[in-house]
Amino acid sequence: MVEDQNSVCFRTLHLKEPWALASYRSVGGYAQWEKILKEKTDPAKIIDELKLSALRGRGGAGFPTGLKWSFMPRSAPGQKYIVCNSDEGEPGTCKDRDILRYNPHQLIEGMAIAGYCIGATVGYNYIRGEFYEPIDRFEAALKEAYEAGLIGKDIQGSGVDFDLYTHCGAGAYICGEETALLESIEGKKGQPRFKPPFPAQFGLYGRPTTINNTESLASVPVILEKGGQWFLEQGRPNNGGPKLFSVTGHVERPDNFEVPLGTPFKDLLAMAGGVKGGKRLKAVIPGGSSVPVVPGDLMLQTDMDYDSIAKAGSMLGSGAVIVIAEGTCMVKVLANLAHFYAHESCGQCTPCREGTGWLARVLHRILNGQGRPQDIDLLDGVAGRIGGRTICALGDAAAMPVQSFLQHYRHEFEYMVEHGGRSLAEAA
Amino acid sequence: MTDKLSIEIDGRVCEASPGEMIIAVADREGIAIPRFCYHKKLSIAANCRMCLVEAEQGGRPFPKPVPACATPVAAGMKVLTRSPKALEAQRGTMEFLLINHPLDCPICDQGGECELQDVAMGYGGDVSRYSEGKRVVKDEDLGPLVATDMTRCIHCTRCVRFGAEIAGVRELGATGRGEDMRIGTFVAHTLTHELSGNIIDLCPVGALTSKPFRFKARSWELTQAEGIAPHDAVGSNLHLHLRGNQVMRVHPKDNEAVNETWISDRDRFSYEGLASPDRLTEPMIKEDGAWRPIGWQDALIRVAERLKTASADQIGTLIAPTATLEEMYLAQKLTRGLGATAVDSRLRQQDFRGDAADPPLPWLGVPIAELETRDAVLLIGSDIRQEQPLLAHRLRKAALGGAGIVLVNPLPLELTFPAQQLVTSAAGMLGELAAIAKALRKRGSGSVKDLIAQANPTDRHTSAAERLKAAGTERSGLILLGALAAAHPDYTLLKALAYVIAEATGSTVGYLPLAANSAGAYLAGALPHVLPGARPGEAIGADARAMLVTARKAYVLWGVEPSYDFANPSLAATALGSADLVVAATAFRAPSLEAVADLMLPIAAFAETSGTFVNAEGTWQRFQGAVAPPGEARPGWKVLRVLGNLCDLPGFEYADSGEIHQELATLCAEVRPDNAPRGDLKVEPSLAEAGLMRVGTLPIYRTDPLVRRAAALQRTPGADVFAVGLNPALAADVGLADGELAVIRQGKAEARAAVVLDAALPPDVALIPSGVTGSEALGEQIGPVAVAKA
Ligand SMILES: Cc1cc2nc3c(=O)[nH]c(=O)nc-3n(C[C@H](O)[C@H](O)[C@H](O)COP(=O)(O)O)c2cc1C
Ligand code: SF4
Ligand code: FES
Repeated sequence: MVEDQNSVCFRTLHLKEPWALASYRSVGGYAQWEKILKEKTDPAKIIDELKLSALRGRGGAGFPTGLKWSFMPRSAPGQKYIVCNSDEGEPGTCKDRDILRYNPHQLIEGMAIAGYCIGATVGYNYIRGEFYEPIDRFEAALKEAYEAGLIGKDIQGSGVDFDLYTHCGAGAYICGEETALLESIEGKKGQPRFKPPFPAQFGLYGRPTTINNTESLASVPVILEKGGQWFLEQGRPNNGGPKLFSVTGHVERPDNFEVPLGTPFKDLLAMAGGVKGGKRLKAVIPGGSSVPVVPGDLMLQTDMDYDSIAKAGSMLGSGAVIVIAEGTCMVKVLANLAHFYAHESCGQCTPCREGTGWLARVLHRILNGQGRPQDIDLLDGVAGRIGGRTICALGDAAAMPVQSFLQHYRHEFEYMVEHGGRSLAEAA
Repeated sequence: MTDKLSIEIDGRVCEASPGEMIIAVADREGIAIPRFCYHKKLSIAANCRMCLVEAEQGGRPFPKPVPACATPVAAGMKVLTRSPKALEAQRGTMEFLLINHPLDCPICDQGGECELQDVAMGYGGDVSRYSEGKRVVKDEDLGPLVATDMTRCIHCTRCVRFGAEIAGVRELGATGRGEDMRIGTFVAHTLTHELSGNIIDLCPVGALTSKPFRFKARSWELTQAEGIAPHDAVGSNLHLHLRGNQVMRVHPKDNEAVNETWISDRDRFSYEGLASPDRLTEPMIKEDGAWRPIGWQDALIRVAERLKTASADQIGTLIAPTATLEEMYLAQKLTRGLGATAVDSRLRQQDFRGDAADPPLPWLGVPIAELETRDAVLLIGSDIRQEQPLLAHRLRKAALGGAGIVLVNPLPLELTFPAQQLVTSAAGMLGELAAIAKALRKRGSGSVKDLIAQANPTDRHTSAAERLKAAGTERSGLILLGALAAAHPDYTLLKALAYVIAEATGSTVGYLPLAANSAGAYLAGALPHVLPGARPGEAIGADARAMLVTARKAYVLWGVEPSYDFANPSLAATALGSADLVVAATAFRAPSLEAVADLMLPIAAFAETSGTFVNAEGTWQRFQGAVAPPGEARPGWKVLRVLGNLCDLPGFEYADSGEIHQELATLCAEVRPDNAPRGDLKVEPSLAEAGLMRVGTLPIYRTDPLVRRAAALQRTPGADVFAVGLNPALAADVGLADGELAVIRQGKAEARAAVVLDAALPPDVALIPSGVTGSEALGEQIGPVAVAKA
């Protein structure tokens, strides 16, 4: 079993009312922030610590957080912003939700420190609109933090300002893409912006902005408390720290687990009680629905960190581990995913707008027994014409599952086409 | 400036500026990269993905194809626009664009000139791999100008960006996600922006097309000619699309210095007026109150004889400011040849007391393109969006670039840019300007001195003054006088104050000439105080108003419709009605003409004659006739030439209009636009401070006989609405409620109209438009008025 669980983002989880300010204080919460306020720590030193920790963005792309912060023109005049991405729309992912529910103060502290480091006096937390309870918890924590004088104007007489606002999404997956998220905060239609310019130059309201995932930001206070080296050692080189994994699908006990990066997949699976009903593991989508599927055998030999998963041909993404048991029809799984991307494409890029619907239609046609032999190459070809040709990564996200499913489970698609919609997997 | 750098496109070395996008360099080099969303005048959206190309930088290829429209060049970059990878990316996009497109080219108006069709020829497949159901999108009614077939939309968002960025009004937007993304109005409404027709040109497919042109012709049946727009003083460059002898539609012709790539809806759709049933197609004579056709020969002989026998001081010539330079020149030559001095084309002006000091050739003060680089602009008496749509667009650019724009007007305007509006009564405009002058510590002289002495500057005036002064130090402050100033009873004083403020701030004074050739009238001498070549006349003849106040026995009307084209139609009707002879050269029959005229001579309208217009910046723009005038109608210059001959006047032996142009051009060789007044503008205010004043705006589609007959434009909301706008407090005083019928009285002139309450109007202003149906019997466009319950 994995020893060191719940050491960072879930460090209050064992407490009664883990979300309360007092609980957070009891594990040393806000000590780093107060220290910074008192000592006026050099932001460059904090960023160096983050770089040392090898904290990689937990939102999906895995971009080093310290490096991202260093792109901000910290001392340039004018307003700058820190934005937290709590949109958590990636199918399978439900970790940020639990940070908001059980440890909201750590996120607030992380955002305050981030604001300090990048020179932003205003922050927004963009929370998925369906998260009723998490929104309430976060708002309550925000109120506590303001009342305790931990954020606001001239905090604790330090001369440092930091105001934090909650912004609720309205149900669009694409608003989790960082620039669509900015558009959405600005009150516009949630559509990704073409980059460059990147948010660090032209972000929210045209001002320099850093956007980080909830988990990335919530990790910061602990990194500062225990040191970048400690965090790095929790994981593996270039893959610092523990990470939250949302294990879902065909497992006995779906849940969020905070375990070190590099934990073998099979251990993680065991924590979730193993494959449901003791079935054989067929496949795993290891990083949220947007990443390539990995066959079960390969997965059982793989460790849960960015580099190992990449070696297995997929991506760690948001850390949502979707477990697929033997007997599952991969055509149905893919049709389901394709439907999702067709529904969630923002519509601006031609390949994504038109292509995602096309993929979904062809897959549904195959499911309905009207597939044609050439449909399989068509799916692959259409996916290939979407991937890499769009403004944001949703196009890739829609294409990669298709390509990987066809790569590993082509025979299931062929069988269904040849047999008028009958599923090979379910028949077996 | 940063240095040029060099990149390679398809093996060709190209020079580029840092920050430029690949597509811009390729366009300059004539290397074709397919595109849909990119447009040089709009922001970069990079959403269509048609322009994907292969590129490498420093020997390292980009991992994915890059959009040429959104990828900035860098030194040493190598771009391949037609490599197998690039072509595969472009074909991929093309396939996606076509799967849900209806491919209904045979019944699509865009067929034959469709960007999608063109590019599909190069990059589309022969057979579609798409066998699912296609998307169908419900249409919207965008009003009388733009037809929609939204199923054809390819979501390039050019039209959306046009609204947001160019027009300044978001009339269209995108709603919905993915395949359900729709371009539309969201809350159904008609397009009302004065530039909205440009989305027809911007739309690469047949989703947005011209409603008046719909199903009238196929693009390949059309031939193209060039023209100059005949309405405002911009003189937009046009492409006229003709079939046989008919103008089928009008498009902009790019001219960065004048209209960029845009034209106003007025310029685009007014051609419809050419086919109006009102066209006069043969000379006609009124005998015993009845009109009958008469041959040209007969008609012209009669006109010549009666003009020759009329006493010279009894002849008055009134020329529309939309007449060509050649027509104006010959009309004044004829008039002056007969010994008369009364000739004018400023039909909407009331106050001519400043004529003696009038600048030799009033103009915009700066080239049109430089409007947008001004740091501060004071606009006096101008409903700028209605008067000069494209100049409003240039001012919008200035304002968005940070320029301070201040307007002094007797009504609040709906602007598309940030500006400070000083809204006051008609008489109060003087006070506002005086207050700005006082804030600048200027005293002035004459009656201006008293006005300034009485003024009480507030913060608003001080800030306006400071903006102008700051801009003045950079020589980039501008003070413009618009059409409402020109129609003002104290125009002379408005000008005088403008010059005082200009002097105090180092700003330039500029004029917004009313119509397509108002500036040309100074060159042609179609004015009582100016001879051809913009030379001051020795004696000042009777001006447009004086000719009517003291009625003449004989009038020559050139392109004028008395009920709508004068500042005071009631005065015009009386004076013309009392004359022995009214000769009307006109393209259109009109009741108010037929009531007063004795002879009507059919002349060519827009696109039917060669000629020249001089625009606001003083540019001569010559054009050829594109189609023949209908029936017996003849180009105006020919009519005037024959009349000159028949009147036995020398110098009328022109073989073509080019000779007239040449003669005038020689006279004008030394003339430069110049706004320096030639003398003092010392006059007393003529408007009493107190009392209700009519403010008569001239709605955008009521400015001249042609546009008033353009059917689709007349169907746009508010095109021809006669109403009395009143401040609610004032309305309550006279017991009038919103929507109630009111009697409007100006002296003996009277009309009835419904009341529209508008709390933003100054309390002593009655907003009663001129030029609209119902206003024919009224008096001065800006002048005292009484409004009561009907
Ligand atoms: C279609 C799409 C959806 C995304 N949704 C989320 C999301 O729900 N939450 C998130 O944190 N990042 C999401 N991202 C990633 C963000 O764009 C961004 O990379 C991330 O928030 C950066 O934070 P990090 O560096 O801390 O990971 C999404 C990206 C794409 C392309
Ligand atoms: S890839 Fe899809 S979701 Fe992303 S910007 Fe383009 S159309 Fe929108
Ligand atoms: S023209 Fe470049 S993406 Fe549309």
